[in-house]
Amino acid sequence: MKRYFHEELEEIRSHLMLMGEKAVESVKLAMQALLESDIELANQVMESDDVIDDIEKQIDDEVVRYVSLRAPVARDLRLLFVAIKASHDLERVGDEASNIAGRTKKILAQGLPIDAVARVPRMCELAINMLEDSLRSFIQEEESLAYSIVGRDREVDTLNRENFKELVELMKSDPANVSACTEMVFISKSFERIADHAKNIAEEVFYLLTAQSLKEVTRGE
Amino acid sequence: MSLVTDKIISKPKIETRDLGLEMTENNRSLIEISNFDFFYGEKQALFDVSMDIKEREVTAFIGPSGCGKSTLLRCINRMNDLIEVARIGSGKITVNGVDIYDDRVDTIELRKRVGMVFQKSNPFPKSIYENVVYGLRIQGITRKSKLDEAVERCLKGAALWEEVKDRLDTSGLSLSGGQQQRLCIARALAVEPDILLMDEPCSALDPVATAKVEELIHTLKDRYTIVIVTHNMQQAARVSDRTAFFYLGKLIEMNATDQIFMSPDREQTEAYISGRFG
Repeated sequence: MKRYFHEELEEIRSHLMLMGEKAVESVKLAMQALLESDIELANQVMESDDVIDDIEKQIDDEVVRYVSLRAPVARDLRLLFVAIKASHDLERVGDEASNIAGRTKKILAQGLPIDAVARVPRMCELAINMLEDSLRSFIQEEESLAYSIVGRDREVDTLNRENFKELVELMKSDPANVSACTEMVFISKSFERIADHAKNIAEEVFYLLTAQSLKEVTRGE
Repeated sequence: MSLVTDKIISKPKIETRDLGLEMTENNRSLIEISNFDFFYGEKQALFDVSMDIKEREVTAFIGPSGCGKSTLLRCINRMNDLIEVARIGSGKITVNGVDIYDDRVDTIELRKRVGMVFQKSNPFPKSIYENVVYGLRIQGITRKSKLDEAVERCLKGAALWEEVKDRLDTSGLSLSGGQQQRLCIARALAVEPDILLMDEPCSALDPVATAKVEELIHTLKDRYTIVIVTHNMQQAARVSDRTAFFYLGKLIEMNATDQIFMSPDREQTEAYISGRFG
């Protein structure tokens, strides 16, 4: 039997999906701003962070209200906990996109060796794919998709480490590169963090769908 | 929607009120309780209770046993008049501006306007059809087409029509507990009240029947002003727009239900709703 207040759960779900779309869009635009040296786009990404923060606040309020008034149990209750945790991850993704945009603006003011961005588009692509897949696993309720995302951050981690070494070499080769390359170290780290948040969301979706911890399920595999 | 008007005044009209006034604005106060004291013999059951109950909203009364919530509910349609030792100390209750304890108020008319559903379903030992039209027959309505229309309208209104439409002639007592309670709601709706008082309407029902009655309450609030007494705090949270918490005959706090259950103003309220009472 569907109760009238179950629509409120659908609202929370749809707000989480909306937040996911906004976060993915911000990451894509931040990458585009860096690759195309587009300061206006970077500004746009930084401004949109407030929108993402507002949705997180809205989800928090809706979850607290639902828990207070509707006495949810089982999967409904898991959905609410996951909404809180996943929305926090998405808020952090928005922050990382905003950080990338901010550092892009600093780099554009200084100039950057072309080699310094070599691996970043691939990192961005991997992180966005993970993020989109984790959100798809939530929308389509596919536990196998959520399961498959874990482990995919290793390539991003590897690229980040390689990036770091290369950026250090660039800084050693010409001290004039230090400032811009330092910004790139942080940008690279931001993409690595975005992949981590995508993995977190996948783990949260897996818990929502199975009531099991993905970490425990994969332990020993 | 017809409101409680001068129809409940059977004798000369009260001159200081425009009793015929039809107000349509949303969220106006339909019931106003002011500094109300109530006694059973020497024992005071309600102390200086004041509250406004808004039109077309669900208001829940909560509180531990003996806190006075059912007593106050029964005062709203003067059901306590039937108890010999019951008396008002001071204060008043108005419904649509009419002081319902005015000597000139016709209590039968009042109870038509302010219907009641009790804790234990109490269908009459009659057919489902006759249960619904009972109040209308007392009013002298005999035309079959009108009674048929009322039965369908009220059973639909009480979300019972689909379950009983093919057996309207069977006894109301043959229905399940949840169906009996919805039949009693249909019977209350038949006389077209403005207000429905519900005294723990789900306390004898299983969770599925409870859910159906709660869904019904949610639907009915578009047309009726509902006051519900419940021991089940989760039910108050689910169904009501406003909640009033009573303790030892006093109104401790009344506010929007969201506010009461998320961030009550009074420590006593928080202790009660979080199970830390006593």
